[in-house]
Amino acid sequence: MNFLRQALAVASKDLRSEIRSKESINASVAFALVILLLFSFAFDPTSDQVREIAGGLLWLVFAFAGTLILNRSFARELVNDCLDALLASPVTGAQLFLGKAVANFVILTVVELLAMPVFSIFYNVHWTQSIGLLFLVMLLGTWGLTVIGTLFSAMTVNLRLRELMLPMLVYPMMIPALMGAIQLSSLLVAGEPVGADNQIWFRLLVAFDVIFSLLALALVETVLVG
Amino acid sequence: MRTRLIVLFSVLAGGLLIWNLHTIFLRVPDEASQGAIFRVFYFHFPAAVTSFTLFFVAMFSALWYLRTRDLRFDAAAAAINEVAFAFATITLITGMIWGRIIWGIWWAWDPRITSYFICLLMYFGYFMMRRAIDEPHRRARLSAVLSILASVDIVIVWKSIEWFRTQHPGPVLEIRGGGGMAPGMEAPLFWNVVVFLMLETALVLVRMRQQSIQSEIESLRRYAHAF
Repeated sequence: MNFLRQALAVASKDLRSEIRSKESINASVAFALVILLLFSFAFDPTSDQVREIAGGLLWLVFAFAGTLILNRSFARELVNDCLDALLASPVTGAQLFLGKAVANFVILTVVELLAMPVFSIFYNVHWTQSIGLLFLVMLLGTWGLTVIGTLFSAMTVNLRLRELMLPMLVYPMMIPALMGAIQLSSLLVAGEPVGADNQIWFRLLVAFDVIFSLLALALVETVLVG
Repeated sequence: MRTRLIVLFSVLAGGLLIWNLHTIFLRVPDEASQGAIFRVFYFHFPAAVTSFTLFFVAMFSALWYLRTRDLRFDAAAAAINEVAFAFATITLITGMIWGRIIWGIWWAWDPRITSYFICLLMYFGYFMMRRAIDEPHRRARLSAVLSILASVDIVIVWKSIEWFRTQHPGPVLEIRGGGGMAPGMEAPLFWNVVVFLMLETALVLVRMRQQSIQSEIESLRRYAHAF
């Protein structure tokens, strides 16, 4: 219990500072809107085809906007050597990581919830047909993105060219989670039922989340401390 | 000792390769349905199998570094990954050439070739990250973590892309392993795996020697700056 309490303390610290400064959320919402706009030039935004590729578009927006949040996650601790102070505090690396991952997860989910209605207005997509399942897919996919992203944010925090390194490392890693989320979201946005042959994507998402959460918790101490 | 090993493996690999090339191009007849282009498989398959194996060997070397904190294992992991990367690129290119002739397109989004491409991207990131860190132990630590994550991820990628693509059948015909080959056609394939493994070992040893020379130069440079 103590483990979770300390992790939540880190998460609430991050969320509180985000609520006060709003720097990540503003940037990533604005970025998501820009990408949503840019997509309209890549294909005919009023065609029926949009519904088929809706899942892919949405998750690309989430993944792109997500890296802005993830980039800041550990980088914001560099000022005044806050990261060193956090590492010197009784909080373990795993707790620090979990706290930051939870905070990133909440922020990214908020960005997604703001982007979804805009997406449906821009592209005439009715995403509320199976909203429960879609929400579940969003949560599973977002956790997959944040858990990988937060770990890589910790890895790249002290690197030269941090802003360039993170997306380059993170996107290839995220592919399985993105693939599952895209596949399921496309079905759900189009209002089609998730048949037995598509259950595998749910399993993939859950397996990805579990495997990488455990790996990240096991490895983060090595990444941060040594 | 290391030089001798390098020479030994190179000479053995070279000799065996000449013999293999002779068999592949002069002895083995054209394949019934594919014609002459099937010969690319003699290089594609060994490069694929050995590079994939090397990525995993590198992961174990990286794990061993995390256990012992001996930088030699990190150097080995980096060298193995570099060689594996080169051979994975060969896999990709030979696969594309084969696809161009058989399927009529360079890139058919075949599940295996897509997974290989993703694998290459991950390891490209690995090399970029190594270049961005100066402190050797930090570089070794982060590379080891990345190596572990990439190895786990690539297995998931592999499986999931296969699921993804089987739901969207493309112009893909399956050639699984060497299962359907005639015995006379199969032998050079396995000999080529041996050739590639020896060649890769020699290259890894060369890279490791270069790395140790490089770190020696760096420490001398630091020593010179100290005065």
